[in-house]
Amino acid sequence: MTIPREALAPTPGQTIGPFFHDALPYAGDSLLVPPGSAGAVRLHGTVYDGSGAPVPDALVEIRQADPAGRPPRREGSLRRDGRFTGWGRAATDASGRYAFTTVVPGGVGGGAAFFAVVVFARGLLDRLFTRAYLPGESDTFLASLPAADAATLRVVRDEEGDLRFDLHLQGDRETVFLRYPRHDGPRSGQ
Amino acid sequence: MPTTATSIVPPPAPDPPEAPDTQERITAEIAEAQAAAATGAQPRIDFAPYRSSALRHPTKDLRHADPEGIELVAPVFGHSDIDPVEADLTVQRGGDPIGERMLLTGRVLDGDGRPVRHQLVEIWQANAGGRYLHKRDQHPAPVDPHFTGVGRCLTDGAGVYRFTTIKPGPYPWRNHLNAWRPAHIHFSLFGTEFTQRLITQMYFPGDPLFALDPIYQSITDQAVRDRLVATYDHDLTTHEWATGYRWDIVLTGAHATPLERDEQ
Ligand SMILES: [Fe+2]
Repeated sequence: MTIPREALAPTPGQTIGPFFHDALPYAGDSLLVPPGSAGAVRLHGTVYDGSGAPVPDALVEIRQADPAGRPPRREGSLRRDGRFTGWGRAATDASGRYAFTTVVPGGVGGGAAFFAVVVFARGLLDRLFTRAYLPGESDTFLASLPAADAATLRVVRDEEGDLRFDLHLQGDRETVFLRYPRHDGPRSGQ
Repeated sequence: MPTTATSIVPPPAPDPPEAPDTQERITAEIAEAQAAAATGAQPRIDFAPYRSSALRHPTKDLRHADPEGIELVAPVFGHSDIDPVEADLTVQRGGDPIGERMLLTGRVLDGDGRPVRHQLVEIWQANAGGRYLHKRDQHPAPVDPHFTGVGRCLTDGAGVYRFTTIKPGPYPWRNHLNAWRPAHIHFSLFGTEFTQRLITQMYFPGDPLFALDPIYQSITDQAVRDRLVATYDHDLTTHEWATGYRWDIVLTGAHATPLERDEQ
């Protein structure tokens, strides 16, 4: 992969603020497949702040491949109409919980299988990216992390057979969040 | 009649149990935090003057990761996802909203200057009085029955988005005593890769609240802050109809080469 030089400085991010609920959530936003359909699984978790308190005004988005590891490039996430688009959005509830109904993604191009995750929240001044690796999956990135950090990126299968992935914005169990090479502006270098 | 000093000074307010921070203190903290910070292309996520950020930012450095697989592919949106009328926030509720009608347009580009074509843009904003429809908004300004403050559109083949809306008002918030947000419109953007996802806020030129606002000032470099400010464009302003503002958005750079983009 060749990385071109940054030509334009990026527009900076700002917090999502407290008032996004009438704008971003929509009917079916978190249902990538219909609940109860073949292969449907629940991916859920809680977003926590640095004191361990739930964050009731966060927004979580996921991007994923289909079970065969193919990234969907199909429109229709806002009006799904039975289409699997591999993208979903879930606002946290009053208890800081979010939940998606989706299918288990395959790894793309032989890579490890993970959900790409981005989280926004009131109080969080810029978006945070992370990965939610399926149980048993690993790759050189995950293997490069200290065990306690790697554990923050692992989805666990809970008693109900659902997939659980908690997000800790801060604290002892702080989730590992990611910086991709081109996130830095031209002045910061690569 | 001579005015004595005492006649124009309001009676001292009783001390609340915990005195909230004053603007003076927040302004001083902003200056301090900015002086201590390295300049950067993004806001500081650990920015104490924005009180809600205290427990909501990671304290470890972000971990470098080379994007792979699904991270190199943005979600796709199309004409089956939205209705063109969603781009006009002045016609959603069966009547004219109160306030300054404005046209807002600009281009969405990636970090290499390529237009981001046919991609979703979402906005939300307060009404002309600085009030959101949101149930948690307690500002005692009127709700406008003809204004939801919510819009969506797709960029066109040149990466251009267009909205018709009402200029939002500034609004008070509870960060500190007499805290007011500069007027702004929230923007949600997607690129061609998942890594380019962006949510931000657009501001209006010359806002007197800029210097006082810890959210805007969390970007420590003036040149970077300026990228969030729209430009008044008289050529876009329409005779006897609406004022015009222009704001271009640059996402971070894409990682996949054109060949990789085709192969995936
Ligand atoms: Fe706002």
